[in-house]
Amino acid sequence: MENKERKELTETEAIDLLHELNEDMLPKKFGIVGNSWTALLVIMLLTGIYCYINQIRNGLSITGMRDFVFWGIYISNFVFFVAISLVGSLITAVLYLLKVEWRAPLSRISEVIAVSAIVFAGLIIIVDMGRPDRMINMALHGRIQSPIIWDVMVVSTYMTLSFLLLYFPLLPGIAFCRDRLKGIPKWQHKMYQILSLGWKYSPQQYAVVKKAITILSIIIIPVALCIHTVTSWLFASTYRPGWDSTNFGAYFVSGAFLVGSGGVVAGMYILRQFNPAYKKYLTDMHFDKMGRLLALLALVYAYFSINEYLIPAYKMKGEEAGHLNELFTGYYAPMFWSVQFFGMILPILVLMFKKGRKPLPMFIMAVFVIVGAWFKRYLIVIPTMSFLPVQEIPEAWKHYSPTFQEWAITGGSLAGALLLITLFVRFFPIISVWEVAEEKGVSHDIIYTHLHEGNEK
Amino acid sequence: MNNEDNQSDRRKFLKYGFLAAGLTVVGGGLQKVLSQDKDKDAGKKVKVMTTDGKVIEVDDAHCKAAQSCCSPATPEGARQGIPGKKFVMVIDLSRCGHELKCQHSCQRYHHLSGMNVWLKVFKMQEGEHTAPYWMPKPCMHCDKPPCVKVCPVSATFKREDGIVLVDNTRCIGCRFCMAACPYSTRSFNWEEPQLLNETTGVVYSPETGFPQKKGTVEKCDFCPDMLKQGKLPHCVTACPNGVFFMGDLNEDTVSNGAETVRFSKLIKDKGGYRLNEILGTEPSVYYLPAVKRLFPFQDPLPGESNEDKEKKG
Repeated sequence: MENKERKELTETEAIDLLHELNEDMLPKKFGIVGNSWTALLVIMLLTGIYCYINQIRNGLSITGMRDFVFWGIYISNFVFFVAISLVGSLITAVLYLLKVEWRAPLSRISEVIAVSAIVFAGLIIIVDMGRPDRMINMALHGRIQSPIIWDVMVVSTYMTLSFLLLYFPLLPGIAFCRDRLKGIPKWQHKMYQILSLGWKYSPQQYAVVKKAITILSIIIIPVALCIHTVTSWLFASTYRPGWDSTNFGAYFVSGAFLVGSGGVVAGMYILRQFNPAYKKYLTDMHFDKMGRLLALLALVYAYFSINEYLIPAYKMKGEEAGHLNELFTGYYAPMFWSVQFFGMILPILVLMFKKGRKPLPMFIMAVFVIVGAWFKRYLIVIPTMSFLPVQEIPEAWKHYSPTFQEWAITGGSLAGALLLITLFVRFFPIISVWEVAEEKGVSHDIIYTHLHEGNEK
Repeated sequence: MNNEDNQSDRRKFLKYGFLAAGLTVVGGGLQKVLSQDKDKDAGKKVKVMTTDGKVIEVDDAHCKAAQSCCSPATPEGARQGIPGKKFVMVIDLSRCGHELKCQHSCQRYHHLSGMNVWLKVFKMQEGEHTAPYWMPKPCMHCDKPPCVKVCPVSATFKREDGIVLVDNTRCIGCRFCMAACPYSTRSFNWEEPQLLNETTGVVYSPETGFPQKKGTVEKCDFCPDMLKQGKLPHCVTACPNGVFFMGDLNEDTVSNGAETVRFSKLIKDKGGYRLNEILGTEPSVYYLPAVKRLFPFQDPLPGESNEDKEKKG
């Protein structure tokens, strides 16, 4: 496979490579760009929190939701977060188990995205609750028949597994920060000390970590499929046209892998711009491979989308017809067709070509995929509640448009997830040194004996 | 159960059942009151009358003073339902003139403020060449309720007497039941409900639905607080045209206050049906088609009720 071109490294070359990697991956203080970006995210998050406090005081009436459109962008944003978090299992677990070597520098990026997204998926769903103060009722009176309980179980399981899958491979990295980072505040050093769990680079510790990663990778795949399938069942278990679909599980999972991979590509590009040293590890080859993967995933998603829309459109059964007409030619048509084109069709076309898989076009396609995916979830959740003819309700209740505060809370959650990723980049190595060293052909013995050394030259 | 009720035909159908139940309670209660020492009572027999008129003897130890008979039950108690009952409603569309008395009465007696309306009356016209008619739509109290199935905390539940209720002290406000309900009967308290004066200090019961709470779901409850007193729900008594019939499937009897009829015969004679039978939700509400109508169909202008129109005309 990839091994063909790899030339044998001499021991000194290998050790030098390891030292260089170690130095490149040490987290550095942010410059003006990094700091302003962080400040922006913090402001957005705080605005969101302020509006949420307001919502707790005044009830969900501060949102645009009412009795007919009773789920809004909180729910579509929840679906988006769950979707994007699936990439952790794809790149860290599936590609790891398939022994695809180029995934090594991407695994931590994808896992950080997964953990941040799933944490904020859990938070935004609480935001949507009318009585968050009674959350304990789900433990006290939980009914196993309810898909919400299934979702709570699988999302919390996935959150735990993703966290461990991020944490275990990170242990040597944390230990290296603990030992090598000089001139850092005391609390930061203390944090590394606690989080590194007494790591001392011993071969036995590596063996344990590797075993744990393999076990977690195997467990997390069915759990990942579960979280998004169960999330799709929150809709598919009802009778509403547009939701009442047996295709929903596969449709959601395929869309999730697509948006998650888009997220990783965007992350790769931004990291390269942010720190040129990363260009050595996030190479054009990685973009090319991810481009092929993204095109494949978009094709799979197109297949399930055709199933989802074309067959109901062929029949045009009563209520389904009302829903589909709104999407195809009605109120939601501009959004629907933009999302299909920019979020799916255009990426397939561009990524078919080698030139399309260069970093910049890839980044643009990835942004299209991510933004398209967010609005796609809006289109999955909202139109089905607002097209039905309704009577006896105030005019303002018939159509849904999110209020400013609702946008602020949703934006706050997105900013919060990005903030977690940003802080991770600030304090931890975003590329796994020992995994990349393995990818580059450094033997295990050298990794075990020299990983703790920096470049002293 | 006072004498005034005897003068009207209405409520008789429900009364017999409750009379027997009442006798059991009163008999048991009296025994308890007369003899303070509980141990001495063990083994004593009490004579009670069953619903089919037989007098039987029951061990006094089995007689419990069901003091909650006629007051709205607590959230826990409201889950029990009235034993031996299976409530059904029949809505005769041929009699509806869109006077909305049912709705107003429902709003008043459930102290509903704000925008939440439990009983809506829709103008129905399913196809271009089909006839329009008015359709009052309460909660269907399905025997296979999709809302109960999806509730994560059992805040909405099905009772043994067929009634589906919401306990707003347990509801977490996820609104999954609203997504699941194919009849869109549920409302949500998006803001702090403006409690009307008469509800201040009232203890909440799922059987009455008030006081409402912010962030919880509510819906038509078939007025179980009235049913347990042997009375008819507010919409039934308020309707001047006798559109609504309420009764017990086990007794095969329904009443709209003025008339008390055999449920099965009514459905058979007038071609009764249920909404969206195809979904398999098995509603407890039956409709009689809008044939041989009492009123010609008149669509009021927006913002105008039929009464206003009559005044003008």
